[in-house]
Amino acid sequence: MSDHVYLSLEALTLAYGDTVAVDGLDLSIAEGELITLLGPSGCGKTTTMRAVAGLLKPSSGRIMLDGRDVTRLGANKRQVGLVFQSYALFPHLSVYENVAFGLKLKGERGRDLEGHVMEGLKTVGLTQFASRKPAELSGGQQQRVSLARSMVMHPKVLLLDEPLSNLDARLRLEMRTELQRVQRETGVTMIFVTHDQGEALALADRIVLMKGGAVEQIGTPEDLYNRPKSAFVADFVGFENVFAVEDGKLRTADGAVPVSGTVPAGAAALAWRPAMVALGSGPHHGSVRGVSFAGGTREYLLDSSLGPIKAEADAALPVHDLGTTLAFDLPAERAAPLQRYA
Amino acid sequence: MKARLPSYAVLTLLVLFLVGPFFVIVAASFSAGSTLAFPPQGFSFKWVEKVFTVESFQASFALSMFLAIVATFAALVLGVPVSYALSRYRLPLAETVRTIVSSPIIVPGIVVGLALLRYLVVPFGMDITLSLFLAHTALVLPYAVRVVSASLENLRSDIEEAAVLLGSSRIGAFFRVVLPNIRGGILAAFILGFVTSFNQVPVSLFLTGPGVRTLPIDMLGYMERTYDPSVAALSALLAFMSIGIVFIAERFIGFSRYV
Ligand SMILES: Nc1ncnc2c1ncn2[C@@H]1O[C@H](COP(=O)(O)OP(=O)(O)O)[C@@H](O)[C@H]1O
Ligand SMILES: [Mg+2]
Repeated sequence: MSDHVYLSLEALTLAYGDTVAVDGLDLSIAEGELITLLGPSGCGKTTTMRAVAGLLKPSSGRIMLDGRDVTRLGANKRQVGLVFQSYALFPHLSVYENVAFGLKLKGERGRDLEGHVMEGLKTVGLTQFASRKPAELSGGQQQRVSLARSMVMHPKVLLLDEPLSNLDARLRLEMRTELQRVQRETGVTMIFVTHDQGEALALADRIVLMKGGAVEQIGTPEDLYNRPKSAFVADFVGFENVFAVEDGKLRTADGAVPVSGTVPAGAAALAWRPAMVALGSGPHHGSVRGVSFAGGTREYLLDSSLGPIKAEADAALPVHDLGTTLAFDLPAERAAPLQRYA
Repeated sequence: MKARLPSYAVLTLLVLFLVGPFFVIVAASFSAGSTLAFPPQGFSFKWVEKVFTVESFQASFALSMFLAIVATFAALVLGVPVSYALSRYRLPLAETVRTIVSSPIIVPGIVVGLALLRYLVVPFGMDITLSLFLAHTALVLPYAVRVVSASLENLRSDIEEAAVLLGSSRIGAFFRVVLPNIRGGILAAFILGFVTSFNQVPVSLFLTGPGVRTLPIDMLGYMERTYDPSVAALSALLAFMSIGIVFIAERFIGFSRYV
């Protein structure tokens, strides 16, 4: 991985008719990086990927790849690989022919071709399935063929649009590990799209969190997980109790409420994960509206004068019944300070 | 069980109604008598043999074959790109195009024939074979568009994008990954178009002229002049030809999936 910028999106804007799907997006990626593009459904992830691949023309902005402006370059000349969520294998061709498709267009024939195809199939562990048709493979295997088909082309960037979302949980983990291995072995620059924060945290060198067609925050998984900048990011990574700060107090449903402890300077809001809420004692009270067992812990939803609060307690402790009133505190020193509330 | 009895009776009647005439014709064509009659008088092959000696049948069969093949081919050359455009692009006039293309199914053939005769053949002296070709192409086009469109609907469009990202041009992607995946539909459309054109009567009726007659029109004319069983024999032969084509098509492409 090197530090110089390999792929950059500059003020990229894309619209479908009147719907602006991507709105002035800026993003710089280094060679060999594994980026995950994370965000709720509809935030413009697929649109961004399709623009990078050249399948959609931006209404404005620029895409630079490997020192070259590719904004107007056709998708077939960009050397960008895309692994589709639906795999998009050619149903009439065998696994071998699917992987050979792009190489043949490059003019490869005979031994070279066969060598590269088999090498590609070996990388994803499918050499013994070379003569099968896609319909005769499982979802996970089809996904691997799709990966091999892109990888044998040695793309400058490999894009994966929610590649794991059609797989069951066990396969998802297996495929994720495999993707990581392929990326490490080949050093390919990779953008992995997902709406699953767990996936993003586990895979990425850096996470790009998107909201409404623009970048909301970029950072390492630890940055995002521990130091969200806005309420949106905080909520997305599991800080489920977020309050704006005004004059050193929390703005709540019940008006301004003093915080226990000192609010860090410059914090526009404070955010607590359920586990950060001190349950059992404190100046606030809430009645239990919901309890759910989550293995090692129990999650409580409380109705309080501050608004709804999500708290967590050790599952070994006795359960608090619905309707019970519990005291709790939101200690400032445990909270993540946010730069922005909105 | 009791409730089933009436439905079996209805089914039997229906089957008789559909295939009954076919058996009557086959039986009548082996008659030894000299007029078309059922039940047949005696048994002989002479009317079947006679079919092959009637010169006008040979000429009109050749014309019908030629028309069916060329018109269906032309309809597909037009229909495949039209279906493709309709299914893959959001065209502003898509619905209008669809309606225009389907109109020969809705407009009675007799009107199409008359219109062509009145506005093309009579005023411009258009060649009769050419006008037959145009009319049959127009008639077959809607079937081609329907069957091919159905095939395209079942084909994911992202495989074309995948092909483009692997270095293919858009047009190349069409020939490399779209066409091979809809060839069953195209073949089915061809057979359907062929049979439609071959059996076409109302449009051809207006356009046939001296010396240029399609087989069904020729058979009508023959029956007006000569009432012998050779028409039955010819009908039976044609029916067997159709059955043969559909049987082979079913065997190789699963024809019934497409129509
Ligand atoms: N083909 C399209 N036509 C019109 N609007 C679209 C189309 N595709 C996506 N959109 C809209 O653009 C926005 C971004 O979509 P998309 O990029 O698919 O989001 P994501 O992949 O993050 O779920 C959404 O609001 C969506 O409704
Ligand atoms: Mg998407």
